[in-house]
Parts: sequence; C-alpha cells; structure tokens
Amino acid sequence: MTIGLSHYLTLAAILFTIGIFGIFLNRKNVIVILMSIELILLAVNINFVAFSAFLGDLTGQIFALLVLTVAAGEAAIGLAILVVYFRNRGSIAVEDINLMKG
Amino acid sequence: MAATAFFFYLFAAIAVASAVMVITSRNSVHSVLYLILCFFNGAGLFILLGAEFLAMILVVVYVGAVMVLFLFVVMMLDIDFAEMRQGMLNYLPVGATIGLILLVELILALGTWAVSPEAGRAAAAPIPPLDALSNTEALGRILYTKYVYYFQAAGMVLLVAMIGAIVLTLRHKEGVKRQNIAAQVARRPANAIEIRKVRPGQGI
Repeated sequence: MTIGLSHYLTLAAILFTIGIFGIFLNRKNVIVILMSIELILLAVNINFVAFSAFLGDLTGQIFALLVLTVAAGEAAIGLAILVVYFRNRGSIAVEDINLMKG
Repeated sequence: MAATAFFFYLFAAIAVASAVMVITSRNSVHSVLYLILCFFNGAGLFILLGAEFLAMILVVVYVGAVMVLFLFVVMMLDIDFAEMRQGMLNYLPVGATIGLILLVELILALGTWAVSPEAGRAAAAPIPPLDALSNTEALGRILYTKYVYYFQAAGMVLLVAMIGAIVLTLRHKEGVKRQNIAAQVARRPANAIEIRKVRPGQGI
C-alpha cells in the first residue's frame, strides 16, 4: 500500500493530541509542559512538510524552518525563565506561580 | 514502495510510542531522552517526504542544541520529581476527555477532506525535479531571494531570544572583583605613583 498525505496528517494529529494531553497530565512540571509544546510544534512541522511534499510546493518547508526557529527561541527563553524562577523560589511548581495574581 | 511503507510505519510507531513516554515517564531526564528519540524519528519521516535539509536541521538544531539545553536545565535544577507527580491522576480524566475530543475532531476533519488536484498547479514555489536541484539547494534558492525578509526576521527572533536569555539569567554577585578597563586605561603616572624624598639612614 502507498503512504499518502492522510497517513502523515493522522500521525501529526496523534502527536498533537499527545502534546495537548501532556500539558494536562503534567500540570505541576513546567519542564514537561515545555516538552509537550515541542511535541505539538513537531506535529505542526510534520503537517507542513507533508503538505509541501504532496502538493509540490517548497513554501511549506520554508515555513517549517521558521517554526523551528521560533521553537528554538521559545525553548531558550522558557528555560531561562525557569532557571530564574528556580533561583528565586527554590521550586518550579506551577501552582506556586501566582505572584502577579493574574 | 513497500520499503517506504515499512519505514513510515516504523518511524511513526516509534515516534508515537516515545511521545507517550515523554508525557508519562517518571523522571524528567527520561522524558528529554524520549523526546530526542521522537525527534530522530520525525527526522526520518522528513527524509521519507524528501525534505532532507529540514531533517538534518531537526537533528542538528533540535537534538543537538535545544534538547541538550533541556537536559542541562533538568540536570542543573534540583527538582523532586516524585513530589511533582502527585495529583497527576486528578488531571487524567479531563485531559483524556479533551485529548480524545480533539483527536476525534482532527480525524473527522481529515477523513472528510480531500486536496483538489488543481492545488499543485497553484504552487507558489514548485519543488524542482530532484535530479536537477537537490532539496537543500532548492530551499536556499528561494530562502535567500523570495523569502529573504522572513529569513532576516527569523534571525531577529533568534537574536532577541539570545539577548533575552542572557539578560534573564545573568546576575552580578556581590564581592566579586571585576576588571574595570576604563579605569585602567584612564590611569596616569601623576595619580598612580608618588615620589618621596628618602633621607639616608631614616627610611620613610
């Protein structure tokens, strides 16, 4: 059997759902939440590249490259915030992050 | 064709299994390692799709830089993972419900939807035949011409992220002597040394 576009889209949908589920499951652990966001972005990238390959358009790959860039920046900033927070509070429990009462 | 299908199912199965392990494993270090495995399989899928450059970028940038950064932070912070996991089961029902609804919606949307055959002809940047131009070269040819502003914007994003990360984590410790280059350069003999007459046999 041939592997079509829908195979890749289904795989990306499964990965996306696992990422969303991970955010709910690990409400206390910011690091795993960040990793879930990375999973979601990987799913989005698989979608972009699959569409790019099956529609014969390179623009999808360019956009996936930009998504990778933003994901790298987001991970760096998120981990920096995490380190600063840990230095100040001694824990990274998400439930304690209510200083701003937002 | 059979090899493609075999590798697709291999990579997809390992990717999904390791993604599940990322969100359920007890130790965050194991989570990071499973995420690395997941990204490797994602890179394999990209190669199957003919996007070699993105696959290599995924391995080099993601596995080589971002995931190592994650590993660094996880190992640097002294976190009690067992305590973190308490109350995890409380969120399981709502998370499973939302995840299931999302998955069903996505699969329903995929099942009832098809790409029009004319869609390929409307391509903004058609993929050149592989024997004429490799994927990396084709990407470079449009990235540096047609999408050069987006490329520059991506560079700005990385620069701002770098500066932000440095500003956030840099701290000045009290009591550490630092080199003050301006003061060193501005130092003159007149205010640096003092000449005194020393009389014989008396000292200063």
